[in-house]
Amino acid sequence: MSYPILSTVIFLPLAGALVIFLIKRSNESLIKWTALVLSLLTFAVSLPLFTGFDKTTADMQFRETYQWVPSWGINYALGVDGISVLFVLLSTLLTVLCVTVSWNSIKDRTKEFFAALLLIEGSMVGVFCSLDLFLFYIFWEAMLIPMYLLIGVWGGPNRVYAAIKFFLYTLVGSLLMLIGIIVLYFNTGRSFDVLQMMTTNYPYHLQLLLFWAFFAAFAVKVPMFPVHTWLPDAHTEAPTAGSVILAGILIKMGAYGFLRFSMPILPEASREMAPLMMVLSVIGIIYGGLICLGQTDIKRLIAYSSVSHMGFVTLGIFALNIQGVQGGILQMINHGIVTGALFLSIGIIYDRTHTRQIADYGGVATVLPVYAAFFMVFTLSSIGLPGTNGFVGEFLILLGGFTASNVLGVFAATGIIIGAAYMLWLYQRVFFLDVNPKVRSYKDMNLREVLTLLPLLLLVLWIGIYPNTFLSFMDASVQHLVQRVNTAGQPQMAQQIIEVIR
Amino acid sequence: MNSADFIALLPLIVPALASVVLLLLITFSRSHAVSVLFTLGSLLLSFLLLFVAGGGTPRRVTPLFIMDAYSLFFIGLLFIAGIVVAVMSSRYLGERSMERGEYYVLLLLATLGASVLAAGSHFASFFAGLEILSVSLYTLIAYRRNDDRGNEAGLKYLILAAASSSFLLFGMALVYAQTGSMDFFQLAEGGRVPDLTVVLSAGLLLITVGVGFKLAVVPFHLWTPDVYEGAPAPVAAFIATSSKGAIFALLMRYFSLMDLQRFPAVWYGIAGIAVASMLIGNLLALRQNNLKRILAYSSIAHMGYLLVAVLAGGTVAKTAVGYYLAAYFATMLGAFGVIAFLSGEEGDAENLEAYRGMAWSRPWTAGVFVAMLLSLAGIPLTAGFIGKFYVVAAGAGAALWIPLIVLVAGSTIGLYYYLRIVAVLYGRVPEGEGGAVTGFPGRVLGMTGGILLTVLTFALLWLGVYPAPLIRILQATVARLVP
Repeated sequence: MSYPILSTVIFLPLAGALVIFLIKRSNESLIKWTALVLSLLTFAVSLPLFTGFDKTTADMQFRETYQWVPSWGINYALGVDGISVLFVLLSTLLTVLCVTVSWNSIKDRTKEFFAALLLIEGSMVGVFCSLDLFLFYIFWEAMLIPMYLLIGVWGGPNRVYAAIKFFLYTLVGSLLMLIGIIVLYFNTGRSFDVLQMMTTNYPYHLQLLLFWAFFAAFAVKVPMFPVHTWLPDAHTEAPTAGSVILAGILIKMGAYGFLRFSMPILPEASREMAPLMMVLSVIGIIYGGLICLGQTDIKRLIAYSSVSHMGFVTLGIFALNIQGVQGGILQMINHGIVTGALFLSIGIIYDRTHTRQIADYGGVATVLPVYAAFFMVFTLSSIGLPGTNGFVGEFLILLGGFTASNVLGVFAATGIIIGAAYMLWLYQRVFFLDVNPKVRSYKDMNLREVLTLLPLLLLVLWIGIYPNTFLSFMDASVQHLVQRVNTAGQPQMAQQIIEVIR
Repeated sequence: MNSADFIALLPLIVPALASVVLLLLITFSRSHAVSVLFTLGSLLLSFLLLFVAGGGTPRRVTPLFIMDAYSLFFIGLLFIAGIVVAVMSSRYLGERSMERGEYYVLLLLATLGASVLAAGSHFASFFAGLEILSVSLYTLIAYRRNDDRGNEAGLKYLILAAASSSFLLFGMALVYAQTGSMDFFQLAEGGRVPDLTVVLSAGLLLITVGVGFKLAVVPFHLWTPDVYEGAPAPVAAFIATSSKGAIFALLMRYFSLMDLQRFPAVWYGIAGIAVASMLIGNLLALRQNNLKRILAYSSIAHMGYLLVAVLAGGTVAKTAVGYYLAAYFATMLGAFGVIAFLSGEEGDAENLEAYRGMAWSRPWTAGVFVAMLLSLAGIPLTAGFIGKFYVVAAGAGAALWIPLIVLVAGSTIGLYYYLRIVAVLYGRVPEGEGGAVTGFPGRVLGMTGGILLTVLTFALLWLGVYPAPLIRILQATVARLVP
């Protein structure tokens, strides 16, 4: 506890990227080992966040504050609470797995690839830890550049198109958010301090405008219907590690943004807009699921399933009750683990077959039985089978959703049925049926690949069987948040009522 | 004029004298190295003299000049740009068999003209500075005499600049006829600017046309891409930075002193120009394949962003303009620097396709270029982001929602063509015989280029990551414009 943990977790990977830049291009094994050691080290450094976290308080912990640009009141302020701490850990864990899964599949420009991966890790963690809106924006945008290169250089055939589309979509939203941030700054007594904003009450019409400005950035990232169209392209074209980061962490930032900024800073507007957000979420759930049924490309199918699953997350969040928000956060972690694992699995088989078309598979369970077992668990978790983590998250969300609105709850529940349909149908077409001659000669997973998937498998079961380990992290913070959203602006209303009565 | 006046004016006297001395010097020795070193030395000396002159500010030196913190900041920026352009030119010219000495005379004169504009406080110095700048540029643009495009560009600039100067003169005459003074400060003092009469608005309109040509804002932008394309890369860098920056400094002084924003017609006029520049500049750049033309259109859009800050008015806006211009200078000089240093004798390295895959064989050069492009696009950690942040802050502070929305739209369009260049830089080179990856065929940066661009890149990142020092300087200089 004597060292600034959060800064270390942010800057260790960034320094690692610099080290990798200095290594000679031809020395590939050194590059890979440096990346692995550094990502493992970062993960190890982030573990005190798990063990040393005080679960009884909703306050920010592990705080660091330094002056940065005094004339603008900009600080370098970091800190985590129960909402963000798990995302930091998820980021550091998934980066390690991204390094191991890319070990042999990235054959050219290895150096730049691993450097970009570490750059992304540092800025992702920065996004989850920032307690200063300016700093947050810097990390939020800085991450785009290495991500753009990751998709645009090592991606599939249509990579340049997908990368530019991803960047442009995100930038439009981000710039509108930047305007929103600056307006907030002027209305908070010239400060970018998030904690101060969380206790300031802004006029309602201003909240409403700011809500939409922030919505532009966060909804694109989530992605919510109807601004989700960049996601299938980016996920499909990205290399395996890129898809894992995108699905595992990057799209969580949107939902995290709603939780960290929109809801506590603009509580009245969030409350007012919640029904609309929930409707959009449910449209996303059903629409994403239906599109999955028609996909012929495995990666694209999983990408669209993200639209559906993230619909559950935003539904839970905007249910604005404790079960819903807790379920939403847990489901974000779950989705990071499960979709990350599914993309890793697809990467593992893609390294062998170099095809993503479902029609090119069949009978894989006969040829790669261990692989099929792993995939089965992740599939079931994605469907939400009891005993896996997906069940806990979706259950809490639906509980929260039903409390908020019966009708929407019913519609969301049908999304689970569609989810079961497309995932099981996918599993059937890929792993059962007759053995496709194209896959007959492939070997099962090796130790490196098993070790890549094993931690995620354990997490799936851990969260599924004993979710309290993770839910207990967020109890206090979520309670605080929900209370803030539901009570802000009430005294004023009470006063008005009293006046009317008089 | 007394000795204090002389000291205050020294930063302008030195380059003026230096250009004459250099002209005499090249009659004795045509050594390229001597000319370069002399130019650099005199510009550096003038830069240092700014600190001496800073002791007695603010000081009116004759009605023509005002040496205050505001003008000193911009003159300093112009001198630094002059030094960078001179270094860029040293290799560019060194490899070409053309008359070299005179180039530096013209460069010194152009820098002098720009500095006169930054310190101008009178229509006479405004016009004199503008003409010193323009006349030097006519020749500099057409310096590659055996190149058709260079000649075309020179002639185009000559005709259009001369026409715009006459518009400007006539506008000044009308304003004078209405107000009875050509001195900015006199105009500002006794509230001499009356309501917007027909004559005055005609005068202002004509001045806008003249200045608009120089700033290359829409709809006066048509010459820009051709001139940038035809001019030698270092000269194009000079036009994009010093020439525009100086006029911008003068324009802002004129506007704040006269408080012209209070007239709705003027305000909406500028707003219209800003919006049109942001949109059209960015849109026209989308389909270009020539880097110099892309940068030309991009500079049109950037002037539009800057005008948004002018619209906002107030202290924040002035700091915003100062920061944006500093960032824009560093970025544009860097981007043109890459082109200049990669250019060989057969022509400038301006074809986008020639850069394909450069990142893999020349990671450092490509990295510098990408940093410049990202700064132009306003991505965080670069100077361009802080500049854009400042402009947006100024705009949001003044509730300019429509220009800000256009700024967002323009930046997004802009990002597309910057990313296109990045995509080419990181693209895959068509593999040669036997799968061997062919290296980037262009030339290496060389020692001077390497050092210069490294310095510019670090300046860019420094301004982007730790902007506090420059903000302090700006608050002590540019922000104190209005007495």
